[in-house]
Amino acid sequence: MKAFLILEDGHVFTGRSIGSAREVVSEIVFNTSMTGYLEVLTDPSYSGQAVVMTYPLIGNYGICYEDMESERPWVDGFIVRELSRMPSNFRSEDTIQNFLEKNDIPGICGIDTRALTKILRESGTMNGMITTDENYRLEEVMEKLKAYSTGNEVSRVSCRERSVLPGDGHKVALLDLGAKRNIARSLNERGCEVTIYPSSTSAEEIIASRPDGIMLSNGPGDPKACGAVIKEIRKLYETDIPIFAICLGHQLMALATGADTYKLKYGHRGGNHPVKDMETGRVYISSQNHGYAVDPESLDPAVAVPAFTNVNDGTNEGLRYTGKNIFTVQYHPEACPGPQDSGYLFDRFIKMMEEKKNA
Amino acid sequence: MPKNPDIKKVLVIGSGPIVIGQAAEFDYAGTQACRSLKEEGLEVVLLNSNPATIMTDKDIADRVYIEPLTVDVVEQLILKEKPDSVLPTLGGQAGLNLAMELDERGFFEKTGVKLIGTTSRTIKKAEDRLEFKSTMEKIGEPVAPSLVVENLEDGIAFSNKIGYPVVLRPAYTLGGSGGGIAHDQAELEEILSNGLRLSRVGQVLVERCIAGWKEIEYEVMRDGAGNVITVCNMENIDPVGVHTGDSIVVAPSQTLGDKEYQMLRTSALNIISELQITGGCNVQFALHPESFEYCVIEVNPRVSRSSALASKATGYPIAKVAAKIAIGYTLDEIKNAITGQTMASFEPMLDYCVVKMPRLPFDKFISAKRTLTTQMKATGEVMSISDSFEGGLMKAIRSLEQHVDSLMSYDFSHLDRDGLLAQLEVVDDRRIWVIAEAIRKGISYEEIHAVTKIDVWFIDKIAILVEMEQALKTQELTVELLKEAKRIEFPDNVIASLTGRTEGEIKKLRYDNGIVAAYKMVDTCAAEFAASTPYYYSVFGSENEAVKTDGRKKVLVLGSGPIRIGQGIEFDFCSVHCTWAFSREGYETIIINNNPETVSTDFDIADKLYFEPLTPEDVESVVRLEKPDGAVVQFGGQTAIKLTEALMKMGVPILGTSAENVDAAEDRELFDGILEECGIPRPKGDTVYTAEEAKAVANRLGYPVLVRPSYVLGGQGMQIAINDKDVEEFIGIINRIAQDHPILVDKYLQGKEIEVDAVCDGDDILIPGIMEHIERAGIHSGDSISVYPAKSISDGVKATIEEYTRRLARSLHVIGLINIQFIAVGEEVYVIEVNPRSSRTVPYISKVTGIPIVPLATKVILGQKIRELGYTPGLQKEADYFAVKMPVFSFEKIRDADISLGPEMKSTGECLGIAKTFNEALYKAFLGAGICLPKYKNMIMTVRDEDKAEAVEIARRFEALGYNIFATKGTARALMEADVQVRMTRKLEQESPNILDLILGHQIDLVIDTPSQGVEHSHDGFVIRRNAIETGVNVLTAIDTARALVTSLEDTDHKNLTLIDIATIA
Repeated sequence: MKAFLILEDGHVFTGRSIGSAREVVSEIVFNTSMTGYLEVLTDPSYSGQAVVMTYPLIGNYGICYEDMESERPWVDGFIVRELSRMPSNFRSEDTIQNFLEKNDIPGICGIDTRALTKILRESGTMNGMITTDENYRLEEVMEKLKAYSTGNEVSRVSCRERSVLPGDGHKVALLDLGAKRNIARSLNERGCEVTIYPSSTSAEEIIASRPDGIMLSNGPGDPKACGAVIKEIRKLYETDIPIFAICLGHQLMALATGADTYKLKYGHRGGNHPVKDMETGRVYISSQNHGYAVDPESLDPAVAVPAFTNVNDGTNEGLRYTGKNIFTVQYHPEACPGPQDSGYLFDRFIKMMEEKKNA
Repeated sequence: MPKNPDIKKVLVIGSGPIVIGQAAEFDYAGTQACRSLKEEGLEVVLLNSNPATIMTDKDIADRVYIEPLTVDVVEQLILKEKPDSVLPTLGGQAGLNLAMELDERGFFEKTGVKLIGTTSRTIKKAEDRLEFKSTMEKIGEPVAPSLVVENLEDGIAFSNKIGYPVVLRPAYTLGGSGGGIAHDQAELEEILSNGLRLSRVGQVLVERCIAGWKEIEYEVMRDGAGNVITVCNMENIDPVGVHTGDSIVVAPSQTLGDKEYQMLRTSALNIISELQITGGCNVQFALHPESFEYCVIEVNPRVSRSSALASKATGYPIAKVAAKIAIGYTLDEIKNAITGQTMASFEPMLDYCVVKMPRLPFDKFISAKRTLTTQMKATGEVMSISDSFEGGLMKAIRSLEQHVDSLMSYDFSHLDRDGLLAQLEVVDDRRIWVIAEAIRKGISYEEIHAVTKIDVWFIDKIAILVEMEQALKTQELTVELLKEAKRIEFPDNVIASLTGRTEGEIKKLRYDNGIVAAYKMVDTCAAEFAASTPYYYSVFGSENEAVKTDGRKKVLVLGSGPIRIGQGIEFDFCSVHCTWAFSREGYETIIINNNPETVSTDFDIADKLYFEPLTPEDVESVVRLEKPDGAVVQFGGQTAIKLTEALMKMGVPILGTSAENVDAAEDRELFDGILEECGIPRPKGDTVYTAEEAKAVANRLGYPVLVRPSYVLGGQGMQIAINDKDVEEFIGIINRIAQDHPILVDKYLQGKEIEVDAVCDGDDILIPGIMEHIERAGIHSGDSISVYPAKSISDGVKATIEEYTRRLARSLHVIGLINIQFIAVGEEVYVIEVNPRSSRTVPYISKVTGIPIVPLATKVILGQKIRELGYTPGLQKEADYFAVKMPVFSFEKIRDADISLGPEMKSTGECLGIAKTFNEALYKAFLGAGICLPKYKNMIMTVRDEDKAEAVEIARRFEALGYNIFATKGTARALMEADVQVRMTRKLEQESPNILDLILGHQIDLVIDTPSQGVEHSHDGFVIRRNAIETGVNVLTAIDTARALVTSLEDTDHKNLTLIDIATIA
């Protein structure tokens, strides 16, 4: 079946429908990872967005359910050059076609994804529609595209109930803003008992549980749309509990402490972004997925200073909070997909909790 | 960390002659690194024995020594030039081995000279089997159960313990020399004893066989601050068991999920961190196809063939960055030259699929085994880029220039199901064609996988190509079908033959429907950032990104494709220099080439690089877009010459010598006419089509005669026949290879073979120098030792050669380069071959005369005159030193290849010896080729009857040097009669101890075995020569080479060689 991708700027790509044939309007973003499409599909941070994979051959190793980063795919749509008809991997349990269909995710294949990526790079992230309706009317589509904006995605993707991953070590409260599974797993593997809280949980409830540390997760959407959560995070900041935050959590902590965030032209999504540790000068290759960033100009050094910077474009990649046991990063030390080079940050968090305990 | 201020003068060690396993990739890496160092203001001293390289140009390094790569020479050179640092990581295994030996001698400690880019500790940890294993164990990286053995008994005991099959890997050898898989004790004994001898330290690793696992490679980099990145990962389609150099390789990996990809990536980075490498490193893994179990196979702590491939596949210049790291920079301080705005501390992301295919030499070594093993056999490789794997594979196939353009090109259709299943067991260069046929015959993916262990993902891709063949054969050719066929890169001619139309019809149908190639950019970042480097590949059905530029005049330079015997790195040297020369003349330059190992496909050589197959269709697609003002074909070897007619049809003017004149030199009748007109004699001969005609001509001329097909390069198919039987046999062979071309039969003259390269501007010629071959006519010029200046011909002959060159160049209207081969018999000079294009000797003669022939020829092509360029026409003044070009062979790599020299070229590379005296130049040339004598002072002679008189003289001279001479009966008798001390040895078929035992005793320096002319019906000679080669004994098969060797050993002070900076040759 034919499918069309219609962009807000009037570009139309014609390809073939994959997954669900339903129409979808979303924000179109690109990801440059060459592996890890299932992790991308199931990363809650993509809620409200349709993802273009720049690598042209997708689906080669099929679907390995244990690699899912949440219980379901969250992307609004999936845009690829070519879907493999023959997945091959010893763990593969399904094809990506079936997976998309089963989860009612629409998509398009057979389009020039590089040309599309260049448009997004030049004009910035924009809205688009995937449709199989050959008789679409451009004016109507444009209206829908102009009207679309991501809603309150965090409450959509966060867990509804508290849950616990048992462990013998430190007690960590993980505020799920759209957390990828591997955050909890990374802590749990290091012995932590991880309690996962819905994003609507009050600071008081978390503090009352007397955790050794608090983990703020990644998540979707504009950080400034998370007013209520920011208020609670401010309260967490006021305590002396060690806090480690990733991605959206990092942005929300910044907003909660007086700094500002802004939207990047086309974001960072992929597994090859170099971040530099400002203290040691070491550069790490990181997994990234964010469309917003903390404005380093807005930082009050008495509150927080940059700890990591992106080597490519100089944007902020992490903060160290002055006089506090708090550090936050914009990128994804939990990887999945992407490089595992920053896993040491979880160790740093554990050490921080250790020191706090022994202090 | 900024640049280390203590580093001011660096000695860069090159990799020496091109041999299988160590090829053009090191010229690419070395050239890039030298330029990178010079741009930092450092003084670069270069040492490489290979004169055909670009890195040994005075534009690339400040001081250039084309000297043998021995420890003594390096020491002497360091003492002479006093560099503060030595960079050995760009010279392949040869460079690393030299660094190790210098360190072992305590030389660095003694002199205070620093090793940069690596440390001897690092090299030892990575290269020494025991150290490597314990290092991997220390950091918890798995290696296959293995044991380093130093004798046969331990190897047998260990293999019995871990079970057969076992893999054998000798320590410190390149390209896996001497390695292999042993399935039983007999095989173990054979391979192991050989490996123990070939290893520099007498060690061989015996390990669990992981054949059949996925073979995955990572190219990683680390800087002095400990930052690490992955440049690229690659997956071998052929599972573990086939050397990666002989495998079809795809980048990035296709069948690995993120978990596997990251697991191996992390492992590679742990390894490079533990080894504390500063620069690039290649890590090879075996990954179990059904689990996460993996083993580290090998680590190469240096740039390599794989790093060159990774650089071209991603756009990330590994050698350039490695050189900057070596002098102190960190990755985040080095600019990504492709984007111009990001830094080198990132990981390239591909938005395309890269396929590499090996170029194997089985067309040259007809008797050789085609099977692929852990011993590399490929002489070169091609790479292609596409947005699908199918497209990449199809483009790579037609880039090989082996008369293959689809999965139908090798015909296995005569095999039935059982036959195919049996054929699938054979691991050779035609395996994907066998798989395609198996799919056609309905053999299931699972069955194919069970035999080949090739991942079904790849088998399915081959099936997609087979399905397209079927669709084209059986369905109506709709626009949609055509589009789909082009998307997966079916060439027009294949579509035409499948659909029963003409190629022209297909092309018209394409153009009428806008189905044309579009070009995408290789930008390192999957379009995330704007890139400024015009490095393109073609796709069908996408938006074009390549912008046709206007303004400057535009020239298209056609490259020479994969490195193969007969067309080597020399032509890349010529293409690159021509490109630079055009650029200096204000032209916009465009290169089309498909060889990932070369300098010409570096992203900053031409203004634009199109990484494409060199077929008329692929070239036409570029031409349609770029509309060049002209094309140069005379620098790209036969590959480029073959495109001349197609280019003219496209309306692209051929710059320089016209196509008709190229033809005139190759067409026998036209050429005879020209010779007659010029009053130049040539050996008598005729053109024939059948064996009967050939025999008639041969009998009229009188034997011996030369028989060869027309239109070939490198003497392919050429043979000397001494009787009718030979003629019949040769014609049969030729007709099997190429049927449509006529066959030439010439009187064979045994004289001095002379060669010149000349620049001609239409009126005047410039001959930089006359080169004389040591071996008399009958041995391919590429396999002969070449001496400049010619030393044994009279001034009269030289004058005749100059005059004939002038006449020929003029009457062929040569504009640019011409190469002529002569035979001088006494004072008579005959022309045997004319090539109105650049030749193999151009880099060598340019370097030793200091005359930049390629830039001169380029200027002449653009209309300038030799006189205007500041040169006096004619033969230039002779140098006051001797320069000897020595062929280098890779016979030990090719099982069952006959090593005897003849009219068919067999050498893979060359090295140079340059000195004030002829003997020293010759000695250095032999030394550079790895012939380092004397050792045991024992030698064997077995010569044909014609050579016996000369053998006496040579034997006497070896005897004077203290040699013990062993000889077979006939030769021994001849030597005894002449009072040479000789020990008779029994022939092969006689009881032990016989000649073979002598050879296998490892005490022999040299075997001189001159096979009788004509077809060698005796199997004995072949067996003797193979055994000698495979046990590492030097074998000479021409009496002239033997004489040259003994000459070189006389009167040379082997301890104090003179070192000549060729950058000072004006």
